[in-house]
Amino acid sequence: MFKIVKREEMSQGTVILNEIEAPLIARKAKPGQFVILKANETGERIPLTMAYTDPERGVIAVIYQVVGKSTALFKTLQVGDGYQDVIGPLGKPTHIEKLGRVVCVGGGTGVAVLHPITRAMKEAGNHVIAIIGARTRDLLILEDFMRRASHELHVCTDDGSYGRKGFVTHALKDVLDRETINQVVAIGPVPMMKFVSQLTRQYGVPTLVSLNPIMVDGTGMCGGCRVTVGGETRFACVDGPEFDGHQVDFDELMLRLQAYCEEEKACFQEFCMMEESWHRK
Amino acid sequence: MAEEATVKEKKTKKGRVPMPEQDPKERARNFLEVPLGYSPEMAREEASRCLQCKNPGCVEGCPVGIDIPGFIRLIASGEFTASIRHVWKQNSLPAVCGRVCPQEIQCEGKCVLAKKGEPVAIGNLERFVADWERAHGSGALPPKASPTGKRVAVVGSGPAGLTVAGDLIQKGHEVTIFEAFHKPGGVLLYGIPEFRLPKEIVAQEVNFLERLGVRVQCNVVVGRTVSLDELFAEGYQAVFLGLGAGLPKFMNIPGENLVGILSANEYLTRANLMKAYLFPQVDTPIPRGKDVVVLGGGNVAMDAARTALRLGADRVRLVYRRSREEMPARAAEAHHAEEEGIEFFLLTNPVRYLGNEKGRLVGMECIRMELGEPDASGRRRPIPVKGSEFTLECDLCIVAVGTGANPLLTSSTPDLKVNKWGYIEADPCTGKTLKKGVWAGGDIVTGAATVILAMGAGRLAANSIHDYLMRGW
Ligand SMILES: Cc1cc2nc3c(=O)[nH]c(=O)nc-3n(C[C@H](O)[C@H](O)[C@H](O)COP(=O)(O)OP(=O)(O)OC[C@H]3O[C@@H](n4cnc5c(N)ncnc54)[C@H](O)[C@@H]3O)c2cc1C
Ligand SMILES: Cc1cc2nc3c(=O)[nH]c(=O)nc-3n(C[C@H](O)[C@H](O)[C@H](O)COP(=O)(O)OP(=O)(O)OC[C@H]3O[C@@H](n4cnc5c(N)ncnc54)[C@H](O)[C@@H]3O)c2cc1C
Ligand code: SF4
Ligand code: SF4
Ligand code: FES
Repeated sequence: MFKIVKREEMSQGTVILNEIEAPLIARKAKPGQFVILKANETGERIPLTMAYTDPERGVIAVIYQVVGKSTALFKTLQVGDGYQDVIGPLGKPTHIEKLGRVVCVGGGTGVAVLHPITRAMKEAGNHVIAIIGARTRDLLILEDFMRRASHELHVCTDDGSYGRKGFVTHALKDVLDRETINQVVAIGPVPMMKFVSQLTRQYGVPTLVSLNPIMVDGTGMCGGCRVTVGGETRFACVDGPEFDGHQVDFDELMLRLQAYCEEEKACFQEFCMMEESWHRK
Repeated sequence: MAEEATVKEKKTKKGRVPMPEQDPKERARNFLEVPLGYSPEMAREEASRCLQCKNPGCVEGCPVGIDIPGFIRLIASGEFTASIRHVWKQNSLPAVCGRVCPQEIQCEGKCVLAKKGEPVAIGNLERFVADWERAHGSGALPPKASPTGKRVAVVGSGPAGLTVAGDLIQKGHEVTIFEAFHKPGGVLLYGIPEFRLPKEIVAQEVNFLERLGVRVQCNVVVGRTVSLDELFAEGYQAVFLGLGAGLPKFMNIPGENLVGILSANEYLTRANLMKAYLFPQVDTPIPRGKDVVVLGGGNVAMDAARTALRLGADRVRLVYRRSREEMPARAAEAHHAEEEGIEFFLLTNPVRYLGNEKGRLVGMECIRMELGEPDASGRRRPIPVKGSEFTLECDLCIVAVGTGANPLLTSSTPDLKVNKWGYIEADPCTGKTLKKGVWAGGDIVTGAATVILAMGAGRLAANSIHDYLMRGW
């Protein structure tokens, strides 16, 4: 068992942080890599990116958004409980180098994935501008972390309840109009990454995105995670998860993410009903 | 030998004892094992058909050279415990091999009675003694040599890795298996379905090794979680790589990324390893197609097609580009599949997939093929017939056109030599690779093959590793 040693709720309980004991993985993991977690015997294998690691303490941290059955099940796990299986580190680490001026754009839970990359980009000697966004103030996560990891932080909310009103793309456009940027890293919901990539293409700025297709093994054995990049099929778990945003077929990714829509809905509803009746007892 | 057969056959002249099986209609909707197994009486009767040849062809046909007349004679005389001990000398996974070996081209294909079309049912008998032992045996462990203090790491828990682990633990070495998945067994677990190889059997085989002292560490992706060199640094003196050939191949035709097109690896892994056929009692979903097409003609294709049927498909069609004779599947599987109602579209190849506005598969365009000159594999090369395109409607397509080497470990271990297809180069007699202290065997060396060949390679490597640990490289 992989024990949970710390647990925090964010974003009104819709986003959860877990620190998990996994010394072998903690020793090896680099920014941009992910793990696959399985809660129990009947559980699904769920990929989550590591938000940070602490090799000395032998722990890794994941931050996940509760969106369906499996993440709702994860949410029920408390400190002292654990995951039956944690596998990793998987995927290619982010290529970090001194490029000059870098903008890191994060939306929703994507900010959790963006944070270690932002920090590494800063440590590599880049001037890092961070832009993070959420639908509304209460859903914003890791603002302090991101402020420390960057030189300059812009916050946007869709409803204007905090920071600048509007999407992260608006703030990004202002930065691109203002100065020359060498690299953009964008992580968040697929539509957000798509629009960021469309925008940066107009400015000719290389853009890295992190893709989240449906996965099973995470080691290149199933092909369920295939994405089209530059007209070619790639397996996101081994060739990615980060790719050149200007080459990614985001529309295909969005359709593929809907593959188990019906099943997931039914499964989640059943779980919520079970939870409810359990709480009433 | 031929004479021997005719003379004795006149005396015995009994037909092969048929294997009792679940009714095709019933079994096509459940995941229970199809063949039910011989009773002791049936086994003894079938065993009595063996002519106990002096120069038995059957033994030559078995890749690990089991003393077939020997173990069969013991069945005939009712000495089942002695019989299974006899089999174990060459084969540590008889319950598996009895079920999945392509007997018709191996042991049974070379049986002298095969010429008359009714070879001794060697596979069924091997399965019988193995099952009998599991049900009635003492469970006593074989003797173990005194500890040598040497440590061996086995990477991958398929038949190759399990064999190496079993052999080396008995020779007194400390053995740890590292497996990337969350459960051990390799293809035996995630690939071959329950209705052909109950997972209980695989679990028992692994448990047997654990009782002997083998440590099994799942969730370790060697090359990612630890590197080969780190294993040596941790004190392992030898490493065996039994990684299998797990990289799925696709057809590379238009529309392949539509929703509803899965590799057989993904489909079977969801069904077998994740037990998705029990969804929603388990959390992993699996697409339940109504109109299913499976591409390919091997065991993998048969397994996928029969799984689709059991998951409730109305219709399952198998599209294969060569003819029935060239189909690489075990004869029994193709036969079972047909009995269950799988339709074979032979000499047919897909050209492109058709999707709807939601990006979901609705059909595929196929073309008829005819057989031309033999190709490098000696099989006649299929060539498309111009203008013969037609459309098959389907809502699920499973691609089972072969697998390749997964580069995950080899690409992170530059001093391990691979050939142009990415398979590891290893000495065929010893399994030694070009990296000191590292052996490899099974599908990762030969390309996708069979359980028994992977076990055979494991046995050779175990002997060579033992020599190395006791004497040097
Ligand atoms: C490499 C990678 C890294 C990720 N990192 C994070 C992270 O750090 N934080 C985070 O909140 N989320 C992350 N995700 C997404 C996360 O895996 C999914 O939200 C989760 O699997 C949903 O499972 P569920 O059962 O709760 O929801 P479901 O009801 O099953 O699905 C909800 C949505 O999640 C997607 N999804 C379902 N199953 C999978 C699967 N096995 N793999 C990927 N997506 C799936 C579906 O498209 C669906 O629309 C990552 C995904 C990938 C591939
Ligand atoms: C669906 C299907 C049906 C089949 N039917 C038959 C049949 O009827 N008869 C027959 O004889 N053969 C059959 N085969 C073929 C047979 O199963 C294989 O030839 C055999 O399993 C190969 O054994 P192996 O030990 O080389 O590898 P595998 O059984 O493939 O096992 C390899 C193991 O290594 C693990 N691994 C890989 N990389 C790493 C890593 N880096 N770190 C840690 N672990 C790793 C994998 O997860 C896997 O568990 C079938 C194959 C399939 C897929
Ligand atoms: S191991 Fe396979 S080939 Fe050998 S005797 Fe048994 S079934 Fe036949
Ligand atoms: S199995 Fe066939 S070939 Fe082998 S000894 Fe018996 S009769 Fe002869
Ligand atoms: S998740 Fe299976 S190949 Fe990527």
